[in-house]
Amino acid sequence: MSPFLEAMTRVPPLLAAHLLLAAAALALGLAISLPLAIWSARRPGVARVALAFASLVQTIPSLALLALFYPLLLFVSGLVGGGIPALGFLPSLLALTLYALLPILRNGVTGLAGIDPAVIEAADGIGMTAWQKLRLVEAPLVAPVLMAGVRTAAVWTIGAATLSTTVGQPSLGDLIFAGLQTQNWALVLAGCVSAAGLALAVDALLGLIERGIATRRRGRVYGAGAVLLLGVLAALAPLAVPRSPTIVIGAKNFSEQYILARVIGHRLEQAGYRVEYREGLGSAVIYGALSSGPIDVYVDYAGTLWTNAMRRSDTPARPAMVAAIGAWSAQTSGVRLLGALGFENAYAFAMRGEAARAKGIVSLDDLARAAPGLTLGSDLEFLERPEWAAVQRAYPIRFAATHAYSPTFMYRALESGQVDVISAFSSDGRIAAEHLTVLTDPRRAIPGYDAILLLAPKRAKDARLVAALKPLVGRIPVASMREANYLVDRDRGKVSPEDAARWLERRLGL
Amino acid sequence: MPDSHSTGPSVAFDAVTKRYRGGAVAVDDVSLEIAGGAFVALVGSSGSGKSTLLKMINRLIVPSAGLVRIDGTDVAEGAAPALRRRIGYVFQNIGLFPHMTVGENVAIGLRLAGGRDTAARVAALLDLVDLPQAFAVRMPDALSGGQRQRVGVARALATAPGLLLLDEPFGALDPVTRDQLGTAVRALHDRLGLTTIMVTHDMAEALILADRVLVMDAGRIVADATPQALLAGQGGAVADALVAVPREQARRLRALEEGA
Repeated sequence: MSPFLEAMTRVPPLLAAHLLLAAAALALGLAISLPLAIWSARRPGVARVALAFASLVQTIPSLALLALFYPLLLFVSGLVGGGIPALGFLPSLLALTLYALLPILRNGVTGLAGIDPAVIEAADGIGMTAWQKLRLVEAPLVAPVLMAGVRTAAVWTIGAATLSTTVGQPSLGDLIFAGLQTQNWALVLAGCVSAAGLALAVDALLGLIERGIATRRRGRVYGAGAVLLLGVLAALAPLAVPRSPTIVIGAKNFSEQYILARVIGHRLEQAGYRVEYREGLGSAVIYGALSSGPIDVYVDYAGTLWTNAMRRSDTPARPAMVAAIGAWSAQTSGVRLLGALGFENAYAFAMRGEAARAKGIVSLDDLARAAPGLTLGSDLEFLERPEWAAVQRAYPIRFAATHAYSPTFMYRALESGQVDVISAFSSDGRIAAEHLTVLTDPRRAIPGYDAILLLAPKRAKDARLVAALKPLVGRIPVASMREANYLVDRDRGKVSPEDAARWLERRLGL
Repeated sequence: MPDSHSTGPSVAFDAVTKRYRGGAVAVDDVSLEIAGGAFVALVGSSGSGKSTLLKMINRLIVPSAGLVRIDGTDVAEGAAPALRRRIGYVFQNIGLFPHMTVGENVAIGLRLAGGRDTAARVAALLDLVDLPQAFAVRMPDALSGGQRQRVGVARALATAPGLLLLDEPFGALDPVTRDQLGTAVRALHDRLGLTTIMVTHDMAEALILADRVLVMDAGRIVADATPQALLAGQGGAVADALVAVPREQARRLRALEEGA
């Protein structure tokens, strides 16, 4: 089977989730914007405020809008004593609904304002009540213009729904994000083609309804409406089937995480669990997703929780740090730290080997001296992270310039000489493969980054689950992890995270 | 449809004033009575307040002061839609519903009243305004201006109102259609025993169609007389100036004929 067709086999459940999310957002958007449009058409003041708000929402990048709902919902959930999910369907629904408002609202208001005043006078003169006027005259006359707005909203919503992957809602974005991260273009293509196909199909059906209304062909309107409804019902069907308990495995957005998620998944499947993957979650939200429920298990890194969630800036020895994190997570949220996997994926500064040798740089102290003439390439979050602040406190480093890249492109930039130093990850296979030099940290500014296995509070006492995952603790040496990562991250002969996970399992005798 | 023996209701204005925000006075303390079954024309130049006065009868405009009564009952009592369903209303821009067929337009008042089987009634109404019954399935934009206004009249008469309000009903039509439709409406008025109040700026039309002509100027009634009395110069200065126009035209036409 071609890689593209293989990738397409992953589409159906994601397409169903994508369709349901977009349909729910569009329905909610209609429910809000239709009354608002009618109210706005009667009151110019309301129209100004409503349209200004909807336009403002459009200026917020959709990715940011989705991310903003996470802290907002956490806050609201805190106010009402918990119970409101801050990740997954709800924040995605709310963000996409806000996005759907503007085109519907604007076309509704424009359409109502554009109705011939003589027709309105006739409706009044003939003795229609306000409701009859709306139902018999205004609604049918405004429908074609309104439908054009609904079509725009539908296309926007379906497109933006791919971004809901980042807040833990399954969508076709899962394929796009995973594919971009692992440079699996077949996966990216499958996600894009499916999302575009869905958008085109929905747009065509809504267009049929629009023309059906304009030309008074009821059959066409009902026919296209029925097809849309059937699509939503088909997407809903799997939800109606009672399912055996499923363990949701979370993963952040890079290859090592995808591979480890599959290794965990394979072990749980052997133990008789159904598993589901929620991939591409941001570092900032994934721990929250574990403690609040959407995911059941994932691998994080000691230093990440230490510096971000726990806000610590000291750097104790690695075992002491892991123990302290376990105590903290059990106490604050009931999350169980099952153990460290055996390798570290630390933030590290890496240079091309020959360049480091030529400049005589082996440690961060050396780097600090040479930095004013060098350019730093970082991943998208490093410059905002406390680790970078800690490094700057310990070493007086000032680079000539800094650029942020997605991890794949960061290595490209180093290779091509666009940057001289990068914020690498110590378990990255490309370090060995591309003969990079990792600089030492003599002042111990950067904490330890042991990979640690974390269980959600509701799974913490699940003996069967713990027994299935316990063998992973202390089992994965950094050399094996690097090799597995490189299987996915290299340019030629790359394999899927699934295959890399199988390779790693064989290598470790799991 | 009321039979020819019944007559439409009377209409009375009692010290009616309409003042707009900003102080402009459209109708200034008008009191008058219109008998049931009368055909009254309200004549005046643009801005004289004649349309405003008419629309206060079916509450499309609410007076600032004073009362309007139909058969002695204050129109402000009860809900406006219920009042309007008892009054036929035809205006210059017609306002046919563009998404409905001619038949649906004519039947809309019946539908609002809960009527279901309206086909026979629609056919009768199209006959009444001299339109082929086959027009019922056409859309309004397939009709000429005169045909559309005939539909407008049929729609206004569908619920058999006793009172018909016409606001410059023929203003946008060519002279031939205008004359035909004017004559047709007058015939309907007589046949159905309606009370008809027609706003027009055309004195000739008013003189020919109406039993009684009211001349308005700056929000006040400045003349109230029969066509014969107006032609005899008993209507005062403003009315005389309006009557002088068609009279002068008629004189010139006669002179042309005699000269030929």
